[in-house]
Amino acid sequence: MIDYSKVLSSTVSEMKPSGIRKFFDLLQGRDDVVGLTVGQPDFVTPWHIREAGIDSLKDGKTYYTSNAGLEELRVEIANYLERRFSLKYDGASEVIVTVGGSEAIDLAVRACVEPGDEVIIPTPCFVCYEPCVRLAGGTPVILETKAKNNFKVDPEELRALITPKTKMLVLAYPNNPTGAIMTKEELEEIAEVIRDTNIVVLSDEIYSELTYGRKHTSFASIEGMHERTIVASGFSKSYAMTGWRMGYIAAPKILAKQMLKLHQYVIMCAPTTSQFAALEAVKNGDSDIEMMKEEYDRRRKYLLKRFAKMGIECFEPEGAFYAFPNIGKFGLSSEEFCERLLNEYKCAIVPGNAFGETGEGFARISYAYSIKHIDQALDRIEEFVKTI
Amino acid sequence: MDKILNLLEQNATYTVEQLAAMCDRDEDELRATIDKYEKDGVILGYQALVDWDKTDREYVSAFIEVKITPKHDFGYDKVARTISQYPEVQSVYLMSGVFDLAVLIEGKTLREVAYFVTHKLSTLEDVMSCSTHFVLRKYKDKGVEYRVPDADIRGEL
Ligand SMILES: Cc1ncc(COP(=O)(O)O)c(C=O)c1O
Repeated sequence: MIDYSKVLSSTVSEMKPSGIRKFFDLLQGRDDVVGLTVGQPDFVTPWHIREAGIDSLKDGKTYYTSNAGLEELRVEIANYLERRFSLKYDGASEVIVTVGGSEAIDLAVRACVEPGDEVIIPTPCFVCYEPCVRLAGGTPVILETKAKNNFKVDPEELRALITPKTKMLVLAYPNNPTGAIMTKEELEEIAEVIRDTNIVVLSDEIYSELTYGRKHTSFASIEGMHERTIVASGFSKSYAMTGWRMGYIAAPKILAKQMLKLHQYVIMCAPTTSQFAALEAVKNGDSDIEMMKEEYDRRRKYLLKRFAKMGIECFEPEGAFYAFPNIGKFGLSSEEFCERLLNEYKCAIVPGNAFGETGEGFARISYAYSIKHIDQALDRIEEFVKTI
Repeated sequence: MDKILNLLEQNATYTVEQLAAMCDRDEDELRATIDKYEKDGVILGYQALVDWDKTDREYVSAFIEVKITPKHDFGYDKVARTISQYPEVQSVYLMSGVFDLAVLIEGKTLREVAYFVTHKLSTLEDVMSCSTHFVLRKYKDKGVEYRVPDADIRGEL
């Protein structure tokens, strides 16, 4: 019989499954559970965007596109980045259309990171950076952001972690799971720390359109940072297009060229139907973003108001569609809290430690749900916390 | 324009407490505002959208194009208001184009609707002609699709 332990890569075998999944799986097939676990929009992709995808199929556009993606789409992404975030990229040579922001992250890491390299990852954060770094043979170095700093990267703490081996810094703002953002001034302080180094920044800006109050500042727009920033972004969150698997990379030509090689060999090109839909989205979707954002903002405000009434401390999330309340005062670990909430009150949320050790004492609550659904879940949380 | 009106139009079950929190408004102020909308006839009611086809209620509905006899010095309001009085009439619109009023009517049976048209509507003094279109199936009303909502099968990493 084959010995699978000899077959499988130890790097992969040792990789832990995502901690979000664990809780998500627990509630599958249980319609008595009200969950706030999902990290994707509850809107359906706006019709004009879906229609553009459908029309492309009707017109027989079923071929591979060029490896980097439809040129028109890349040019429109560049226009969009300039229009929305004052970024300047050449669509023809500095934009790669990827299979979601997920592939964009993987390309950026693998194009830069080699065995021995260190990648600084501020946590709590989305779950994919660490495994991507490990797959590339790199060493993740965790920067623990703090609730007292509103989960922003502290420049001095960053400086302390930099070594001659530091290859890359991940910045993921607006942040999943905390909803934190970083302002232009705060990013400028980060820029000061790395300005004279050879550290490249992977800026995951997938939630860039979902900020409440202030407009998002891209790290690439900070003075002098364009040359060292790889912007990974996509269509999933801003246009409610998760299922289309559409993302992109924007980076200086020399970096883009190498990432494109990887993308060519591994993916060939992003799905063509989705590219046509995405083209419609970047060209004519600004008002859809606005509509969805307003709705998220109302839910966000409602959620915060209810937490305040329940006496649960929650720093004000200014981006994405998550709140990250502090559940430390209830004297349970995040996992215990979430497990008991699920078992005793049939409400599912994700324990904060699924996003890194620093998330301990917190829980992620997604508000990509209707107010009615959010209300039901919060009623259960309220009942639960009364008993502990 | 007040956003509250859009929100209530989308979902009349929002409570004042929810709306106030969602829109950063004071609850008492909002309650007074909504009261005033009701008093002034800006908000006229709060209703559920029911798909009667999914119930055992006997139900038919029809759109009727109504032409009004042209008269000197004549307004449509009087006849439209008169037609509106019938409880089986759901909506009445004044239209541009080849007919004048669009009337949506509901009844238990085809015969009941036919009776209303032949005996009540078309006999009104100012009504010149009626053209009745029975509704075969409703797909969307008030911005809402008439189908069973999809289950939430969104995945997660
Ligand atoms: C911070 C962050 N980055 C990237 C992604 C990947 O999204 P996608 O591959 O759908 O573009 C997600 C999805 O949840 C995310 O939260």
